[in-house]
Amino acid sequence: MTVTESVPAAPAGGARRDRAARSPWRQPLALVGGALVVLWVLIAVLAPLLAPQGPLDQLSPKLLEPSGQHLFGTDELGRDVLNRVIYGSRVSLPLAFLLVALAAVLGSVVGTVAGFFGGWVDGALMRLADLVFAFPGIILAMAVAAALGPQLRNAVLAVVVVSWPSYARLVRGLVLSARNSEYVAASRLLGSSAFRTMVVDLRPNIAGPVLVMAALDVGNAVLLLSGLSFLGLGAQPPTAEWGAMVAAGAANFDRWWVGLFPGLAILTVVLAFNFVGDTLRDALDPRTARAIRE
Amino acid sequence: MSSANPTAAASGAGQRARSGRGLLRFLARRLAAAVLLCAGITLVAFVLTQLVPGDPATANLGQRAIGDPAAVAAFRAKYGLDRPVPLQYLTYLGNLLQGNLGMSQQSHRAVAQDLAEYVPATIELALFAIVLSLLVGVALGVVAAVNRDRWPDQVLRVVSLGGVSMPTFWVALVAFYLLFFKFGLLPGGGRLDPGMNAPPHLTGFYTVDAALGGQWDVWWSAVRHLVLPSLVLAVYTVGMLMRFTRASVLEILGNDYVRAARAKGLPERVVIMRHVLRPAMVAIITVAGVAFGSLLSGAVLVENIFSWPGLGQYAYHSAVNLDLPAIMGVSVVVAAVYIVMNLLVDLLYGVIDPRIRLT
Repeated sequence: MTVTESVPAAPAGGARRDRAARSPWRQPLALVGGALVVLWVLIAVLAPLLAPQGPLDQLSPKLLEPSGQHLFGTDELGRDVLNRVIYGSRVSLPLAFLLVALAAVLGSVVGTVAGFFGGWVDGALMRLADLVFAFPGIILAMAVAAALGPQLRNAVLAVVVVSWPSYARLVRGLVLSARNSEYVAASRLLGSSAFRTMVVDLRPNIAGPVLVMAALDVGNAVLLLSGLSFLGLGAQPPTAEWGAMVAAGAANFDRWWVGLFPGLAILTVVLAFNFVGDTLRDALDPRTARAIRE
Repeated sequence: MSSANPTAAASGAGQRARSGRGLLRFLARRLAAAVLLCAGITLVAFVLTQLVPGDPATANLGQRAIGDPAAVAAFRAKYGLDRPVPLQYLTYLGNLLQGNLGMSQQSHRAVAQDLAEYVPATIELALFAIVLSLLVGVALGVVAAVNRDRWPDQVLRVVSLGGVSMPTFWVALVAFYLLFFKFGLLPGGGRLDPGMNAPPHLTGFYTVDAALGGQWDVWWSAVRHLVLPSLVLAVYTVGMLMRFTRASVLEILGNDYVRAARAKGLPERVVIMRHVLRPAMVAIITVAGVAFGSLLSGAVLVENIFSWPGLGQYAYHSAVNLDLPAIMGVSVVVAAVYIVMNLLVDLLYGVIDPRIRLT
């Protein structure tokens, strides 16, 4: 299919300038957020070069205050906190991306099936989504993680179990509005199976909004996952994971540096994704966009 | 102007009815939905507990008893774990209707009794936090909206995004260190000063019970202990409420009647308070209901740091020990709280906005 895309009623120059002014990359918050994300990804990739020691090396006296030698001090086992914060990015970032991807795929599949088939399939799947929605995230995730056994892998699964319904709702709505379109009817008339129609014709229409929602979700994923690790239901010692490191800080709360720095790492990562996500939402949500234009 | 407010319309409560019978029918329908939701949540929790690879018997029996098949069998018989699974669930539902939530395998007490002790502690904490967040969050949200795109708005946007980006458990730790350990401004953990006896149990809210009994020293101690954990909990919800207040105030500021109110020379304060904030409250109350749910999530982490004997701690310990009746009990309570919050929100709509009638 090679149809030249014609732009219907090309926007006047003024409107185009207006749009450019609201483009995410003109916004200082998005820039700061984007820069922070890039910085953290670089830290994760270059961790072995940046950190003078391994994350598990116990080379120093225990619980040393921050100093020129150990900028973030040392923890209860004599490990350098700065090292562990750097290496922690190699745990939290990939897992956050992974679990958001899993939740987005699972939710999209459920939402597509529900929206496409409708009827009792739709009813059953959406009621299930409502149930999960009604539950406070961490309580459900805690139960799942505890049931499967306290491991990082299970904590990721638990967060996926909690996070898919928002994608399912979004995708179901998108599919419902696309289902009656002529190109879907045409595809069915040409003899495509339901599966083929969903994958070939519907997928491109839902990919964009799902990606935006996923970008908004990364921060929450980091928070939930580190929360589970903080409770001891995620990463297990001696893994250098930020939530677990804050838990060590809580156990030695009179030594502020043990818990402060890993928490700051979580905060900056989540803040970075929320800065980017918030700007994206403003730029894409017609309701807020209208409010801005007025 | 009929369905001017999308949030209200979306709540499903926006249709009209003429008499008090409408309210009764509304409540009856809500109750039916509540029962279904409760059954659904218990079913999900139940299925979840059945999928557990871990065995509650091994989790709760001592080392020696596990080696003894008779002891394991007795444990299973005692908690009905030897019967077919669907039958276990039906039995559970039957007992639930009689207010019997089973026995906790961990505390060896009735789950209902455990919950009666722990739930009020968390509700009291969450109520403190939600009131605090509403006061601060709505006020700051209005300030941001009124100063749209000027520096107070930009600063507050960073503040609100910061609020929702902070790991609650870390805020708890930092607050604990600074306000309790370093400067001793506030008590550190628990609901009362050490050595102080709990007030006689009426509501389970220590502040209310102490005030009713006239024990003002206990009341003061209970209030002081509430401040730190509820402040920490409020960090997230303030951020959340601020965003939504700003958005809904901005939406309403664009209305003609606001322009009319300004045109007839009303002071800006009156315009905002009477003509803008009141309609905005409908959307804000909806979000506050959601925020209350997120406070329950936060409570799990905050109670852990402040050794607050509440639902979060109970949920945590029962999850870690695979105490199935207790996990189920927590689920039922969470469902109940969710239902009550939604009902309250729907009823508040009618109070705030007389155009909304319940059906």
